[in-house]
Amino acid sequence: MAEKPRLKLPKEAKKGEMIEIKTLLPHIMESGQRKDKDGKTIPRKIINKFACEFNGKPVFTANLEPAIAANPYMQFHAKVEESGTFKFTWTDDDGTVTTAEENITVS
Amino acid sequence: MRPLSRRDALALGASGAALTLIGWGESASAAAKEAAEQIAKFTGGKTAEQGKVSIELPEIAENGNTVPLSVSVDAPMTADNYVSEILVVADGNPNPGVATFQFSPLAGKAEASTRIRLATTQNIIAIAKTSKGEFFTNQKLVKVTIGGCGG
Repeated sequence: MAEKPRLKLPKEAKKGEMIEIKTLLPHIMESGQRKDKDGKTIPRKIINKFACEFNGKPVFTANLEPAIAANPYMQFHAKVEESGTFKFTWTDDDGTVTTAEENITVS
Repeated sequence: MRPLSRRDALALGASGAALTLIGWGESASAAAKEAAEQIAKFTGGKTAEQGKVSIELPEIAENGNTVPLSVSVDAPMTADNYVSEILVVADGNPNPGVATFQFSPLAGKAEASTRIRLATTQNIIAIAKTSKGEFFTNQKLVKVTIGGCGG
């Protein structure tokens, strides 16, 4: 059901380096403002939360509103001091959670 | 619950460009009020200091369905003094809330970019909160050619 998220971050970094992380999850982000052709409001269905953790510690979280465009895109940074795993989580209004992981080697 | 009058005005606004022009005055002021309420809730009634926050947005957004937005705060990101949150509101959207970004010192930089929807020409306001409880704010006007809420 949930589509595959897209991630862009380096596989390797130097200790203390600031890396840029880009993520995108294909999702309609139905705002709850639109109407179907019978004039009925299409119910809201959005990703309301995005979170990024590194080795289990929070890095960046975003609480999202319907004003976020379809296919929610997030770009942010992380300062890496050790090798480890980034974990990304997207939470849908209907409770569906999509996750993705990416490892980074820090030397 | 939001007042019906505003919702009606926005429903009209969403249904056509011409109607948007008529409905704009009312909806914009109601949304601006709600935006101000959200900001007051975020700051706990404190006044945010102007500056330190930069908002990057196109001056004119041709398509309100997807407008690139980048917010950043010129402040340290150390373990005991960092930008913990940034609230972004749009004072002319049906719901003024856009996003709240939360950072930990691991983020290294208080900066986030995303893509947003804008119903009409309006102000984007960003308020940053530091771990010490200080608030900084800035705003930017963006002109929208085609609104991005109707469909």
